[in-house]
Amino acid sequence: MKHLKAPLGDEVLSLKAGEMVTLSGTVYTARDEAHLKIMEEGFPFDPKGAVIYHCGPVVADNRIVVAGPTTSARMNQLTGFMLDAGIRGIIGKGGMSADVRKLLKGRAVYFAFTGGCANLAAARMKLTRVYYPELGMAEAVWVIELDRLPLTVAMDAHGGDLFAVVEEHAHEVFQGMYPSGRS
Amino acid sequence: MSGPDVPYLIKQISEATEKAVRDAEIFLPDDVKAGLTKALETESVIVAKQELQNILENIRLAEERSAPLCQDTGIPVIYITLPSGITWTTEMEQAVLTGIKNATEKVPLRPNLVDPLTRENTKTNTGYDMPPVHVKTGEKFTITALPKGAGSENVSRISMMNPSDKDNISKFIVETMLIAGGRPCPPVILGIGIGGTFDIAASLAKEALLEPVDIMSAYEQDICDKVNLLGIGPMGLGGDTTCLAVKVKTAGCHTASLPVAVNIQCWAARHATVEVSL
Repeated sequence: MKHLKAPLGDEVLSLKAGEMVTLSGTVYTARDEAHLKIMEEGFPFDPKGAVIYHCGPVVADNRIVVAGPTTSARMNQLTGFMLDAGIRGIIGKGGMSADVRKLLKGRAVYFAFTGGCANLAAARMKLTRVYYPELGMAEAVWVIELDRLPLTVAMDAHGGDLFAVVEEHAHEVFQGMYPSGRS
Repeated sequence: MSGPDVPYLIKQISEATEKAVRDAEIFLPDDVKAGLTKALETESVIVAKQELQNILENIRLAEERSAPLCQDTGIPVIYITLPSGITWTTEMEQAVLTGIKNATEKVPLRPNLVDPLTRENTKTNTGYDMPPVHVKTGEKFTITALPKGAGSENVSRISMMNPSDKDNISKFIVETMLIAGGRPCPPVILGIGIGGTFDIAASLAKEALLEPVDIMSAYEQDICDKVNLLGIGPMGLGGDTTCLAVKVKTAGCHTASLPVAVNIQCWAARHATVEVSL
C-alpha cells in the first residue's frame, strides 16, 4: 500500500482507480459555502498540491470530535476552478460527475473515504487552524494534519473511475435479472 | 395515573428518552455488528474488505470515545410501547421531546431539524411537529429511539403498485437499490412495508428497521440475495456486501391497492430501547 503525504505532486499521476493508500499531511475541509467563498475571494492557503476534504466536522474545544466525509456530488459544479488552481487531491464520499472525471485528467485524483466513519477520521486528525469561521462549524475551512488516513483511489488522473465501473456492472446485472427493463 | 406519581413518571420518560437516543447514537446493536463482522469474513473484494474494516474500527472508536457513530446524527424517530393501565398524555409527549433536547445538548448531536420551506433550524432536533412519536400498547413501558440519517432516507422510495403486479415487488426493491447505488452508505438494511395505505406502507418500512437482522424469511433472503448480486458493495466501491438484510412488514390493504415502500438504512443502523421504570 502506498503512503502519500500532502501537499501532493506528480506522484498522483501514477495512482490507479481501485488502489488503496494512506494519506498523511495537511488537508483543507471545504463544503458548498467554502467553495463559493474561495471562488469569489481567492484561496486563503496555497492551492498548489493541496488536498481538499469534503467534510463538515463537529469541533469542540479546538478538537475534532467527529469528521466523516460528506457527499461529493454537491461540489460537482464547484470543482473546476480548484483543479485549475493546482489542487492535486479531493477526499469525499460517493464520487463525482463525468465532467469532474475529465477535469481530473493529467492533474489530480479523487479519494473515497468510508462514509459515516466520523470517529475513525477524527482519531487520525489534528486540527491546526481555521479559515472563514464566520461560515459556521460545518462550512468553515478547517486545516487538518492527517496521520495515515486509509483511502481508496476512486477516480484517477487517467479517466479511471471505480464508481462508474461498479454502477455499469450493477445495471448489467439488473437487466439480466429483470429483462423487461426498469419498472 | 394518580396525582403524586405523575411528576416522577414524567421525569422517568424524559430520562429514558435521553438515554435511548444517546445509546442509539454511540452503540450499534449487536446483531448489526455481527452482520458487519460476518460480511468482513465472507467478502472477496479487497477494497470492500478495507471499507468494512474501517466501519468496524469506527464502531469500536465510537464506543471508546463515547462519541456519535456518524456526524449525521439523524432525526430520532421514537417508538413507545405502553402497558395496559397507562394512558398516553400530552405531558408525556412533552417529556419525550425534553429527552431529545437534552440528548442534543449533552451527547452532543448535530441539530438537524429545520422548517421544510424556510429551512430555519430549531437547534434542538425538536419542533414543527417533529420528531414523530409512535405509541402502541405492549407488555412493558419502553422507549425506542431510531435516529435516521438523511443519506439513506433521501434515496428511499414508495410505489402504489397494481395488485396484479405483486410478482414485481422484488424488482421494485432491487431497482430502488440500483438507483441508490453507493449514496445511502452501503452495506444497507432494507425496511420494506407492503400493504396498508400510502402512509402506512412507509411507516411499516421504517418500523421494519427495528427487526433483528440476523434472521430472514425465505422471501426476505431471496430479495437480499438479488440486491447483493448487483455488486454495488460497501460505499458503492464494488463488492459482495451491498445489503445485510431485508426486513418486510405487511398490513392489509384495499383490494384495488398494493402500496410498497422501501426505506433504506445505512450501515449505521442505529436504534436503542430503554424501559421506563414505573
